[in-house]
Amino acid sequence: MVLKRVIPCLDVDAGRVVKGTNFVGLRDAGDPVELAERYDAEGADELVFLDITASHEKRDTIVELARRTADNVFIPFTIGGGIRSVGDAQAVLDAGADKVSVNSAALDRPELLTELADQFGAQCVVIAIDAKKQIPTASSAPAPSRESDRDVPSLPRAEAVGSASAWDVYVNGGRKKVEGREAVAWAKEAVERGAGEVLLTSMDRDGTNDGYDVELTRAVADAVSVPVIASGGAGSLQHLSEAITAGGADAVLCASIFHYGTYRIRDAKQYLSDAGIPVRH
Amino acid sequence: MSERARIAILDYGVGNLRSVEKALEHVGAAASITRDPEDVRASDGVILPGVGAFPRAMERIRDLGLDELIRERRDAGVPLLGICLGLQLLFDSTTELGGATGLGLLAGEVAELDAPNLKIPHIGWSPVRWEKESRLTEGIESETPFYLVHSFAPRPGADDLLGTAAYGARFACAVERDNVFGVQFHPEKSSAAGLRLLANFTGICVETPVAA
Repeated sequence: MVLKRVIPCLDVDAGRVVKGTNFVGLRDAGDPVELAERYDAEGADELVFLDITASHEKRDTIVELARRTADNVFIPFTIGGGIRSVGDAQAVLDAGADKVSVNSAALDRPELLTELADQFGAQCVVIAIDAKKQIPTASSAPAPSRESDRDVPSLPRAEAVGSASAWDVYVNGGRKKVEGREAVAWAKEAVERGAGEVLLTSMDRDGTNDGYDVELTRAVADAVSVPVIASGGAGSLQHLSEAITAGGADAVLCASIFHYGTYRIRDAKQYLSDAGIPVRH
Repeated sequence: MSERARIAILDYGVGNLRSVEKALEHVGAAASITRDPEDVRASDGVILPGVGAFPRAMERIRDLGLDELIRERRDAGVPLLGICLGLQLLFDSTTELGGATGLGLLAGEVAELDAPNLKIPHIGWSPVRWEKESRLTEGIESETPFYLVHSFAPRPGADDLLGTAAYGARFACAVERDNVFGVQFHPEKSSAAGLRLLANFTGICVETPVAA
Protein backbone atom coordinates (compact mmCIF):
# COMPACT_ATOMS: atom_id res chain seq x y z
CA MET A 1 0.00 0.00 0.00
CA VAL A 2 1.16 3.49 -0.81
CA LEU A 3 -0.40 6.26 1.22
CA LYS A 4 -1.91 9.33 -0.46
CA ARG A 5 0.26 12.38 0.04
CA VAL A 6 -0.35 15.94 1.17
CA ILE A 7 2.30 18.28 -0.19
CA PRO A 8 2.70 21.93 0.76
CA CYS A 9 4.20 24.04 -2.01
CA LEU A 10 6.47 27.00 -1.28
CA ASP A 11 7.08 29.68 -3.88
CA VAL A 12 10.52 31.12 -3.34
CA ASP A 13 11.95 34.33 -4.77
CA ALA A 14 15.63 35.05 -4.17
CA GLY A 15 15.63 32.72 -1.18
CA ARG A 16 12.47 34.08 0.44
CA VAL A 17 8.97 32.64 0.64
CA VAL A 18 6.75 34.79 -1.54
CA LYS A 19 3.37 34.22 0.04
CA GLY A 20 2.16 32.63 3.18
CA THR A 21 3.74 34.52 5.99
CA ASN A 22 0.78 34.32 8.34
CA PHE A 23 2.31 31.52 10.34
CA VAL A 24 2.42 32.24 14.00
CA GLY A 25 5.55 31.58 15.97
CA LEU A 26 8.15 31.44 13.24
CA ARG A 27 11.33 33.34 13.94
CA ASP A 28 11.55 34.31 10.30
CA ALA A 29 8.32 33.76 8.39
CA GLY A 30 9.98 34.44 5.07
CA ASP A 31 12.58 31.72 5.48
CA PRO A 32 11.58 28.74 3.31
CA VAL A 33 13.63 26.31 5.39
CA GLU A 34 12.00 27.33 8.65
CA LEU A 35 8.57 26.98 7.07
CA ALA A 36 9.61 23.60 5.66
CA GLU A 37 10.72 22.38 9.10
CA ARG A 38 7.36 23.44 10.47
CA TYR A 39 5.52 21.50 7.75
CA ASP A 40 7.66 18.41 8.39
CA ALA A 41 6.82 18.57 12.08
CA GLU A 42 3.10 18.91 11.26
CA GLY A 43 3.07 15.81 9.09
CA ALA A 44 3.68 16.96 5.50
CA ASP A 45 4.56 13.95 3.35
CA GLU A 46 6.76 15.84 0.94
CA LEU A 47 7.58 19.41 0.01
CA VAL A 48 7.76 21.21 -3.30
CA PHE A 49 9.79 24.38 -3.70
CA LEU A 50 9.15 26.43 -6.82
CA ASP A 51 11.85 29.00 -7.37
CA ILE A 52 10.56 32.03 -9.21
CA THR A 53 13.76 34.07 -8.96
CA ALA A 54 14.26 36.03 -12.15
CA SER A 55 18.00 36.26 -12.25
CA HIS A 56 20.98 34.75 -13.96
CA GLU A 57 22.26 33.30 -10.69
CA LYS A 58 19.26 31.01 -10.47
CA ARG A 59 21.23 27.82 -10.15
CA ASP A 60 23.15 29.12 -7.15
CA THR A 61 19.94 30.11 -5.35
CA ILE A 62 18.23 26.75 -5.86
CA VAL A 63 21.32 24.76 -4.89
CA GLU A 64 21.66 26.82 -1.73
CA LEU A 65 17.97 26.24 -1.00
CA ALA A 66 18.33 22.48 -1.51
CA ARG A 67 21.41 22.40 0.69
CA ARG A 68 19.83 24.32 3.56
CA THR A 69 16.65 22.26 3.32
CA ALA A 70 18.54 18.96 3.39
CA ASP A 71 20.40 20.14 6.48
CA ASN A 72 17.19 20.55 8.43
CA VAL A 73 14.27 18.72 6.83
CA PHE A 74 13.99 14.93 6.72
CA ILE A 75 11.20 14.26 4.26
CA PRO A 76 11.46 14.05 0.47
CA PHE A 77 11.49 17.36 -1.37
CA THR A 78 11.33 18.54 -4.95
CA ILE A 79 12.91 21.63 -6.43
CA GLY A 80 11.47 23.29 -9.53
CA GLY A 81 12.15 26.49 -11.37
CA GLY A 82 15.40 27.06 -13.14
CA ILE A 83 16.29 23.44 -13.90
CA ARG A 84 17.23 23.45 -17.58
CA SER A 85 19.92 20.80 -17.89
CA VAL A 86 21.32 17.58 -16.44
CA GLY A 87 23.98 19.73 -14.78
CA ASP A 88 21.37 21.90 -13.03
CA ALA A 89 19.56 18.77 -11.80
CA GLN A 90 22.80 17.13 -10.64
CA ALA A 91 23.65 20.18 -8.55
CA VAL A 92 20.35 20.25 -6.64
CA LEU A 93 20.17 16.46 -6.22
CA ASP A 94 23.75 16.39 -4.90
CA ALA A 95 22.75 19.11 -2.46
CA GLY A 96 20.08 16.80 -1.03
CA ALA A 97 16.91 17.26 -3.11
CA ASP A 98 15.04 14.06 -4.01
CA LYS A 99 13.43 15.17 -7.25
CA VAL A 100 13.59 17.96 -9.77
CA SER A 101 10.58 19.44 -11.46
CA VAL A 102 10.79 20.79 -15.01
CA ASN A 103 8.21 22.76 -16.92
CA SER A 104 9.12 25.16 -19.75
CA ALA A 105 12.58 23.62 -20.24
CA ALA A 106 10.91 20.32 -21.16
CA LEU A 107 8.51 22.07 -23.53
CA ASP A 108 11.45 23.81 -25.22
CA ARG A 109 13.42 20.57 -25.45
CA PRO A 110 11.44 17.41 -24.58
CA GLU A 111 14.61 15.26 -24.80
CA LEU A 112 15.65 16.82 -21.49
CA LEU A 113 13.21 14.45 -19.74
CA THR A 114 14.96 11.41 -21.19
CA GLU A 115 18.38 12.76 -20.34
CA LEU A 116 17.31 13.34 -16.74
CA ALA A 117 15.67 9.92 -16.41
CA ASP A 118 18.71 8.16 -17.90
CA GLN A 119 21.02 9.93 -15.50
CA PHE A 120 19.02 9.89 -12.27
CA GLY A 121 16.09 7.50 -12.77
CA ALA A 122 12.51 8.43 -13.58
CA GLN A 123 11.67 8.62 -9.87
CA CYS A 124 13.72 11.84 -9.69
CA VAL A 125 11.97 13.53 -12.62
CA VAL A 126 8.72 15.46 -12.22
CA ILE A 127 7.00 17.06 -15.22
CA ALA A 128 5.13 20.19 -14.14
CA ILE A 129 2.25 21.14 -16.42
CA ASP A 130 0.20 24.33 -16.19
CA ALA A 131 -3.09 23.65 -17.96
CA LYS A 132 -6.07 25.78 -18.91
CA LYS A 133 -9.30 24.46 -20.37
CA GLN A 134 -9.85 25.12 -24.06
CA ILE A 135 -12.92 27.12 -24.80
CA PRO A 136 -14.38 25.96 -28.09
CA THR A 137 -14.93 28.88 -30.43
CA ALA A 138 -17.08 29.16 -33.54
CA SER A 139 -14.06 28.81 -35.79
CA SER A 140 -12.46 25.91 -33.96
CA ALA A 141 -15.61 23.92 -33.39
CA PRO A 142 -17.62 24.29 -36.55
CA ALA A 143 -21.18 23.10 -36.66
CA PRO A 144 -21.10 19.51 -37.83
CA SER A 145 -21.82 19.08 -41.47
CA ARG A 146 -24.45 16.69 -42.62
CA GLU A 147 -21.75 14.29 -43.80
CA SER A 148 -19.94 14.11 -40.45
CA ASP A 149 -23.27 13.74 -38.71
CA ARG A 150 -24.01 10.72 -40.68
CA ASP A 151 -20.70 8.98 -40.72
CA VAL A 152 -17.36 9.84 -39.09
CA PRO A 153 -17.65 12.31 -36.26
CA SER A 154 -15.34 15.29 -36.58
CA LEU A 155 -12.36 15.09 -34.26
CA PRO A 156 -12.22 17.36 -31.29
CA ARG A 157 -9.44 19.90 -31.14
CA ALA A 158 -5.86 18.86 -30.54
CA GLU A 159 -5.17 15.30 -29.45
CA ALA A 160 -7.81 14.88 -26.81
CA VAL A 161 -9.55 12.16 -28.73
CA GLY A 162 -12.09 10.31 -26.67
CA SER A 163 -12.41 13.09 -24.11
CA ALA A 164 -15.05 15.75 -24.10
CA SER A 165 -12.56 18.37 -22.96
CA ALA A 166 -9.07 19.51 -23.83
CA TRP A 167 -6.63 21.78 -22.05
CA ASP A 168 -4.01 24.16 -23.37
CA VAL A 169 -0.52 24.21 -21.89
CA TYR A 170 0.76 27.50 -20.47
CA VAL A 171 4.17 28.73 -19.35
CA ASN A 172 5.45 31.83 -17.55
CA GLY A 173 2.99 31.47 -14.71
CA GLY A 174 0.00 31.18 -17.03
CA ARG A 175 0.86 34.22 -19.10
CA LYS A 176 1.94 32.47 -22.28
CA LYS A 177 0.13 29.73 -24.15
CA VAL A 178 2.23 27.04 -25.78
CA GLU A 179 1.02 26.54 -29.33
CA GLY A 180 0.40 23.03 -30.54
CA ARG A 181 0.36 21.37 -27.11
CA GLU A 182 -2.65 19.82 -25.40
CA ALA A 183 -2.10 19.10 -21.71
CA VAL A 184 -3.29 15.48 -21.50
CA ALA A 185 -1.33 14.52 -24.61
CA TRP A 186 1.72 16.36 -23.29
CA ALA A 187 1.50 14.55 -19.97
CA LYS A 188 1.47 11.23 -21.81
CA GLU A 189 4.41 12.19 -23.98
CA ALA A 190 6.39 13.50 -21.01
CA VAL A 191 5.92 10.22 -19.15
CA GLU A 192 6.91 8.21 -22.22
CA ARG A 193 10.05 10.34 -22.42
CA GLY A 194 11.00 9.64 -18.81
CA ALA A 195 9.02 11.70 -16.30
CA GLY A 196 8.17 9.65 -13.20
CA GLU A 197 5.48 11.92 -11.81
CA VAL A 198 3.14 14.67 -13.07
CA LEU A 199 2.61 17.89 -11.13
CA LEU A 200 -0.60 19.13 -12.72
CA THR A 201 -1.75 22.69 -12.06
CA SER A 202 -5.05 24.07 -13.27
CA MET A 203 -4.48 27.69 -14.27
CA ASP A 204 -8.27 28.15 -14.26
CA ARG A 205 -8.45 27.22 -10.59
CA ASP A 206 -5.08 28.40 -9.26
CA GLY A 207 -5.67 31.09 -6.65
CA THR A 208 -9.48 30.73 -6.70
CA ASN A 209 -10.07 28.44 -3.68
CA ASP A 210 -12.86 26.90 -5.82
CA GLY A 211 -11.38 23.40 -5.77
CA TYR A 212 -9.09 21.45 -8.04
CA ASP A 213 -10.05 20.86 -11.69
CA VAL A 214 -11.24 17.32 -11.07
CA GLU A 215 -12.02 16.68 -14.74
CA LEU A 216 -8.49 17.65 -15.77
CA THR A 217 -6.96 15.60 -12.96
CA ARG A 218 -8.98 12.53 -13.91
CA ALA A 219 -8.14 12.91 -17.61
CA VAL A 220 -4.40 12.97 -16.88
CA ALA A 221 -4.51 10.28 -14.18
CA ASP A 222 -6.27 7.96 -16.62
CA ALA A 223 -3.80 8.77 -19.39
CA VAL A 224 -0.51 8.13 -17.56
CA SER A 225 0.94 5.24 -15.55
CA VAL A 226 2.79 7.40 -13.00
CA PRO A 227 1.54 9.31 -9.94
CA VAL A 228 -0.31 12.58 -10.51
CA ILE A 229 -0.14 15.49 -8.06
CA ALA A 230 -3.23 17.70 -8.28
CA SER A 231 -2.54 21.40 -7.90
CA GLY A 232 -4.38 24.69 -8.12
CA GLY A 233 -7.58 25.72 -6.41
CA ALA A 234 -7.66 23.99 -3.03
CA GLY A 235 -9.86 26.02 -0.71
CA SER A 236 -11.36 23.42 1.58
CA LEU A 237 -10.51 19.97 2.87
CA GLN A 238 -13.29 18.48 0.80
CA HIS A 239 -11.43 19.68 -2.28
CA LEU A 240 -8.47 17.51 -1.28
CA SER A 241 -10.55 14.35 -1.04
CA GLU A 242 -12.34 15.14 -4.33
CA ALA A 243 -9.04 15.38 -6.19
CA ILE A 244 -8.05 11.95 -4.85
CA THR A 245 -11.34 10.07 -5.15
CA ALA A 246 -13.00 11.69 -8.17
CA GLY A 247 -9.82 12.98 -9.79
CA GLY A 248 -7.65 9.92 -9.25
CA ALA A 249 -4.77 11.98 -7.86
CA ASP A 250 -2.03 10.27 -5.82
CA ALA A 251 -1.17 13.47 -4.02
CA VAL A 252 -2.58 16.94 -3.44
CA LEU A 253 -0.49 20.07 -3.54
CA CYS A 254 -1.59 23.02 -1.41
CA ALA A 255 -0.21 26.46 -0.93
CA SER A 256 -2.48 29.15 0.48
CA ILE A 257 -4.74 27.02 2.70
CA PHE A 258 -1.71 25.97 4.73
CA HIS A 259 0.38 29.11 4.39
CA TYR A 260 -2.42 31.34 5.58
CA GLY A 261 -3.27 28.96 8.37
CA THR A 262 -6.83 28.24 7.14
CA TYR A 263 -6.09 24.60 7.90
CA ARG A 264 -3.23 22.71 9.45
CA ILE A 265 -1.77 19.68 7.74
CA ARG A 266 -3.02 17.54 10.63
CA ASP A 267 -6.59 18.73 9.89
CA ALA A 268 -6.17 17.69 6.27
CA LYS A 269 -4.83 14.25 7.22
CA GLN A 270 -7.64 13.68 9.68
CA TYR A 271 -10.28 14.73 7.13
CA LEU A 272 -8.85 12.42 4.45
CA SER A 273 -8.55 9.56 6.90
CA ASP A 274 -12.16 10.02 8.00
CA ALA A 275 -13.13 9.97 4.30
CA GLY A 276 -11.57 6.50 4.03
CA ILE A 277 -8.41 7.63 2.21
CA PRO A 278 -5.20 6.02 3.53
CA VAL A 279 -2.78 8.69 4.72
CA ARG A 280 0.21 8.94 7.01
CA HIS A 281 -0.51 10.31 10.47
CA MET B 1 32.12 13.78 24.46
CA SER B 2 33.45 10.26 24.09
CA GLU B 3 29.88 8.92 23.83
CA ARG B 4 29.31 10.65 20.50
CA ALA B 5 29.16 7.86 17.92
CA ARG B 6 31.48 8.13 14.96
CA ILE B 7 29.69 6.75 11.93
CA ALA B 8 31.30 6.15 8.56
CA ILE B 9 29.05 6.48 5.50
CA LEU B 10 30.77 4.44 2.84
CA ASP B 11 31.37 6.44 -0.32
CA TYR B 12 31.70 4.27 -3.37
CA GLY B 13 30.70 6.91 -5.87
CA VAL B 14 26.99 6.37 -6.34
CA GLY B 15 24.15 8.52 -5.16
CA ASN B 16 23.57 11.36 -2.82
CA LEU B 17 24.98 10.73 0.65
CA ARG B 18 24.46 14.19 2.02
CA SER B 19 20.95 13.58 3.36
CA VAL B 20 22.14 10.53 5.33
CA GLU B 21 25.04 12.52 6.76
CA LYS B 22 22.80 15.40 7.83
CA ALA B 23 20.22 13.10 9.41
CA LEU B 24 22.94 11.37 11.46
CA GLU B 25 24.31 14.71 12.58
CA HIS B 26 20.79 15.72 13.51
CA VAL B 27 20.58 12.80 15.96
CA GLY B 28 23.94 13.65 17.47
CA ALA B 29 26.35 11.36 15.65
CA ALA B 30 29.64 12.45 14.12
CA ALA B 31 29.16 11.31 10.55
CA SER B 32 31.71 11.22 7.80
CA ILE B 33 31.41 10.30 4.14
CA THR B 34 34.50 8.27 3.44
CA ARG B 35 36.15 5.33 1.71
CA ASP B 36 39.43 5.63 3.59
CA PRO B 37 40.09 2.34 5.44
CA GLU B 38 41.61 4.09 8.47
CA ASP B 39 38.59 6.39 8.83
CA VAL B 40 36.30 3.39 8.60
CA ARG B 41 38.34 1.42 11.15
CA ALA B 42 38.19 4.36 13.54
CA SER B 43 34.37 4.41 13.38
CA ASP B 44 31.87 2.97 15.86
CA GLY B 45 29.45 2.10 13.09
CA VAL B 46 29.31 1.81 9.33
CA ILE B 47 26.50 2.74 6.97
CA LEU B 48 26.32 1.26 3.50
CA PRO B 49 24.08 3.59 1.46
CA GLY B 50 23.18 3.36 -2.18
CA VAL B 51 20.81 4.09 -5.00
CA GLY B 52 20.84 2.74 -8.53
CA ALA B 53 21.61 -0.68 -9.94
CA PHE B 54 23.00 -3.54 -7.84
CA PRO B 55 25.56 -4.98 -10.33
CA ARG B 56 27.32 -1.68 -10.94
CA ALA B 57 27.35 -0.83 -7.24
CA MET B 58 28.97 -4.18 -6.37
CA GLU B 59 31.55 -3.63 -9.10
CA ARG B 60 32.49 -0.26 -7.61
CA ILE B 61 32.66 -1.72 -4.10
CA ARG B 62 35.00 -4.51 -5.23
CA ASP B 63 37.15 -2.17 -7.31
CA LEU B 64 37.66 0.00 -4.23
CA GLY B 65 38.35 -3.00 -1.97
CA LEU B 66 35.43 -2.02 0.24
CA ASP B 67 33.98 -5.54 0.23
CA GLU B 68 36.95 -6.80 2.26
CA LEU B 69 36.78 -3.78 4.55
CA ILE B 70 33.06 -4.30 5.19
CA ARG B 71 33.64 -7.97 6.07
CA GLU B 72 36.54 -7.05 8.33
CA ARG B 73 34.40 -4.55 10.25
CA ARG B 74 31.52 -7.01 10.48
CA ASP B 75 33.89 -9.63 11.92
CA ALA B 76 35.19 -7.04 14.39
CA GLY B 77 31.64 -6.64 15.70
CA VAL B 78 31.06 -3.14 14.39
CA PRO B 79 27.36 -2.39 13.78
CA LEU B 80 26.62 -2.14 10.08
CA LEU B 81 23.49 -0.62 8.54
CA GLY B 82 22.59 -0.97 4.86
CA ILE B 83 20.10 1.54 3.48
CA CYS B 84 18.01 0.94 0.32
CA LEU B 85 20.38 -0.54 -2.27
CA GLY B 86 22.90 -0.84 0.57
CA LEU B 87 20.56 -3.32 2.27
CA GLN B 88 20.26 -5.36 -0.93
CA LEU B 89 24.03 -5.52 -1.31
CA LEU B 90 24.32 -7.30 2.05
CA PHE B 91 22.67 -10.39 0.53
CA ASP B 92 24.11 -13.27 -1.48
CA SER B 93 22.89 -12.21 -4.89
CA THR B 94 20.34 -10.36 -7.01
CA THR B 95 18.34 -11.10 -10.12
CA GLU B 96 18.67 -7.47 -11.27
CA LEU B 97 20.02 -6.87 -14.78
CA GLY B 98 20.87 -10.49 -15.42
CA GLY B 99 22.08 -11.12 -11.88
CA ALA B 100 25.09 -10.34 -9.71
CA THR B 101 26.77 -11.56 -6.53
CA GLY B 102 26.47 -9.46 -3.38
CA LEU B 103 28.47 -9.19 -0.17
CA GLY B 104 26.93 -12.37 1.26
CA LEU B 105 26.68 -11.10 4.84
CA LEU B 106 23.06 -12.22 4.85
CA ALA B 107 21.70 -15.38 3.26
CA GLY B 108 19.16 -14.98 0.49
CA GLU B 109 18.48 -13.47 -2.88
CA VAL B 110 17.24 -10.05 -3.93
CA ALA B 111 14.40 -10.16 -6.47
CA GLU B 112 11.89 -7.87 -8.14
CA LEU B 113 8.82 -6.91 -6.12
CA ASP B 114 5.89 -9.25 -6.56
CA ALA B 115 3.39 -6.51 -7.42
CA PRO B 116 1.41 -7.38 -10.53
CA ASN B 117 -0.62 -4.47 -11.95
CA LEU B 118 1.09 -2.00 -9.65
CA LYS B 119 3.47 0.78 -10.64
CA ILE B 120 7.16 -0.09 -10.42
CA PRO B 121 9.23 1.39 -8.85
CA HIS B 122 7.29 1.44 -5.63
CA ILE B 123 7.60 5.03 -4.42
CA GLY B 124 6.10 6.64 -1.37
CA TRP B 125 5.15 6.16 2.25
CA SER B 126 4.16 2.65 3.29
CA PRO B 127 3.36 1.33 6.78
CA VAL B 128 6.10 -1.00 8.06
CA ARG B 129 5.23 -3.90 10.34
CA TRP B 130 7.86 -5.06 12.81
CA GLU B 131 8.16 -8.85 12.72
CA LYS B 132 10.22 -9.05 15.90
CA GLU B 133 11.60 -6.85 18.63
CA SER B 134 14.83 -5.04 17.99
CA ARG B 135 16.98 -2.36 19.54
CA LEU B 136 16.94 -0.72 16.08
CA THR B 137 13.19 -0.12 16.11
CA GLU B 138 12.79 0.70 19.79
CA GLY B 139 10.17 3.39 20.39
CA ILE B 140 8.76 3.16 16.86
CA GLU B 141 5.31 1.62 16.66
CA SER B 142 4.61 -1.21 14.27
CA GLU B 143 2.81 0.00 11.09
CA THR B 144 4.53 3.38 11.21
CA PRO B 145 4.97 4.64 7.62
CA PHE B 146 8.44 4.99 6.11
CA TYR B 147 9.49 6.39 2.74
CA LEU B 148 10.53 3.92 0.05
CA VAL B 149 11.83 4.14 -3.53
CA HIS B 150 12.66 0.71 -4.97
CA SER B 151 11.88 -2.01 -7.51
CA PHE B 152 13.63 -4.92 -5.77
CA ALA B 153 13.53 -6.41 -2.28
CA PRO B 154 15.46 -9.16 -0.48
CA ARG B 155 14.18 -12.60 0.47
CA PRO B 156 15.85 -13.07 3.85
CA GLY B 157 15.82 -16.13 6.07
CA ALA B 158 13.02 -16.12 8.65
CA ASP B 159 15.47 -15.54 11.52
CA ASP B 160 16.82 -12.39 9.91
CA LEU B 161 13.46 -10.79 9.09
CA LEU B 162 12.84 -7.63 11.10
CA GLY B 163 10.18 -5.71 9.16
CA THR B 164 7.79 -6.05 6.24
CA ALA B 165 5.53 -3.83 4.16
CA ALA B 166 2.88 -4.56 1.56
CA TYR B 167 2.98 -3.64 -2.10
CA GLY B 168 1.15 -6.34 -3.92
CA ALA B 169 2.65 -9.16 -1.84
CA ARG B 170 4.36 -8.41 1.47
CA PHE B 171 8.09 -7.85 1.14
CA ALA B 172 11.00 -7.66 3.56
CA CYS B 173 12.02 -4.08 4.26
CA ALA B 174 14.10 -4.47 7.42
CA VAL B 175 16.56 -7.19 8.41
CA GLU B 176 18.85 -7.92 11.34
CA ARG B 177 21.46 -10.57 12.02
CA ASP B 178 23.85 -10.03 14.94
CA ASN B 179 25.57 -6.70 14.21
CA VAL B 180 24.30 -6.47 10.61
CA PHE B 181 21.18 -4.36 9.99
CA GLY B 182 19.45 -3.28 6.81
CA VAL B 183 16.44 -1.19 5.84
CA GLN B 184 14.89 -0.93 2.39
CA PHE B 185 13.27 2.40 3.27
CA HIS B 186 15.06 5.73 3.62
CA PRO B 187 15.24 6.66 7.32
CA GLU B 188 16.89 9.94 6.33
CA LYS B 189 13.68 10.86 4.45
CA SER B 190 11.15 9.35 6.85
CA SER B 191 10.70 12.30 9.20
CA ALA B 192 10.60 11.69 12.97
CA ALA B 193 10.31 7.88 12.71
CA GLY B 194 13.37 7.70 10.45
CA LEU B 195 15.39 9.93 12.74
CA ARG B 196 14.43 7.74 15.70
CA LEU B 197 15.69 4.67 13.87
CA LEU B 198 18.99 6.39 13.09
CA ALA B 199 19.24 7.51 16.71
CA ASN B 200 18.68 3.89 17.78
CA PHE B 201 21.41 2.73 15.40
CA THR B 202 23.72 5.40 16.77
CA GLY B 203 22.95 4.15 20.27
CA ILE B 204 23.78 0.58 19.26
CA CYS B 205 27.10 1.82 17.86
CA VAL B 206 28.02 3.56 21.10
CA GLU B 207 27.09 0.55 23.24
CA THR B 208 28.77 -2.10 21.14
CA PRO B 209 32.28 -3.06 22.19
CA VAL B 210 34.51 -3.40 19.16
CA ALA B 211 37.33 -5.94 18.84
CA ALA B 212 40.69 -4.30 18.34
